[in-house]
Amino acid sequence: MNDLALAFKEAFNLIGHLEAELREIVTLSLEVSLTAVAAASVLGLPLGAALAVQRFRGRRGVIVVLNALMGLPPVVVGLFVYLMLSRAGPLGELGILFTPAAMVIAQTILITPILAALSRQVIEDAWEEYREQLRSLGAGPLTAALTLLWDTRFSLVTIVLAGFGRAAAEVGAVMIVGGNIDGVTRVMTTAIALETSKGDLPLALGLGIVLLSLVLALNAAAYWVKEAAQRRYG
Amino acid sequence: MLPLLLDQVSFAVNGKIIVDRISVEIGSGPRTVILGPNGAGKSVLMRLCHGLLRPSAGRIAWRGPNEGRGRQAMVFQRPVMLRRSAFSNVLYGLKLVGVSRAERELRAGDVLDAVGLSEVATRPARVLSGGEQQRLALARAWALNPEVLFLDEPTANLDPNATRDVETIISQIRAGGTKIVMTTHNLGQARRLGDEILFLSHGRLVERSPVEQFFRQPASAEAAAFIRGELPWT
Repeated sequence: MNDLALAFKEAFNLIGHLEAELREIVTLSLEVSLTAVAAASVLGLPLGAALAVQRFRGRRGVIVVLNALMGLPPVVVGLFVYLMLSRAGPLGELGILFTPAAMVIAQTILITPILAALSRQVIEDAWEEYREQLRSLGAGPLTAALTLLWDTRFSLVTIVLAGFGRAAAEVGAVMIVGGNIDGVTRVMTTAIALETSKGDLPLALGLGIVLLSLVLALNAAAYWVKEAAQRRYG
Repeated sequence: MLPLLLDQVSFAVNGKIIVDRISVEIGSGPRTVILGPNGAGKSVLMRLCHGLLRPSAGRIAWRGPNEGRGRQAMVFQRPVMLRRSAFSNVLYGLKLVGVSRAERELRAGDVLDAVGLSEVATRPARVLSGGEQQRLALARAWALNPEVLFLDEPTANLDPNATRDVETIISQIRAGGTKIVMTTHNLGQARRLGDEILFLSHGRLVERSPVEQFFRQPASAEAAAFIRGELPWT
């Protein structure tokens, strides 16, 4: 109990002084996960919109697979990316295994299905409402998809943040393809795992608190943005 | 593009016949009101004419000069507004038919003025009242300067004041040379806004008469019963 109290005290101390090591880890975490969520948005949201408005053979199958991919285990994604990027792998030439770039790729693969599947659902609901009106105005599938992406923008913000939360909180993929190298590929989650196993509870706790606060702040912001937008735009 | 020719047009969903072998020629000139009880197939017939639905059997063709879909617009019972300003909603429709930017702004300003919405032009369209939204929907259609305007129960959800506004606007659009085709189950409205009546019952075109004759001396028993407010189908 005493140990725990002490650990908490030290953890807040670390955060309060924003020690270099802590700052470095938090910064890298944010860089990796924000880059991944940006890439996943560029890939996933248009994919979700396309699936929402286009009818084609095998569409149901694609949707089922996409929904299933939301539950991709991070370690499996890590393993897959590892195999691709390792020296003997097809993309070994790039030499980016154990770099932040590899971590970005892994997290992008992890959350693109989440963004695509959730945005497909939101946009398809909107499409039900808009379809006749947009077709009456002469909108083709591409125009309709773009219009719907813009008109559901407030709901999509929430989805993108859910993706970010998933990326920032996962440990398996970045551990495997990043290697948790001190000062190079060490992020919050991998540091927490390592420090806990080493017994350095204050740093682990400090990182844990920062991670939780970040996720909480982001979700609060998302909620507020959506509420305000809905009041303003209906 | 007028006249619009329907040749033995049927529409069925899962074996249920909604529109049953309708043949009719709708020419420019008189305001056409499609009248009939709920479930007679009025809305579906209108969607077939507008091109939102494909007939299960039969043929629909625009026979006049400028063949093809041409300049037509439709206003729905429940207007669908995009999450942007009233002004931008009008611009959107104009952009889709390829009107130049300067021209778009000019026309949008004019029609909003004409329907009495200049004051709220910058307000988000979805927070406008039901009556304002329907006037905006009329403005969006009017801006396209359509040769034919389809109106599907345009006042079904409105109070008497809003209904009067909408009827006035429809008359103004008509005065500009646009052919009006509308559905209603409101006999007073049919009288006020119609020149000729197409009376539908159970998916069939039962009667086509000039409006005065239709109300004074309906040719069919169904129409006579409908006018008397009887419901032989219950």
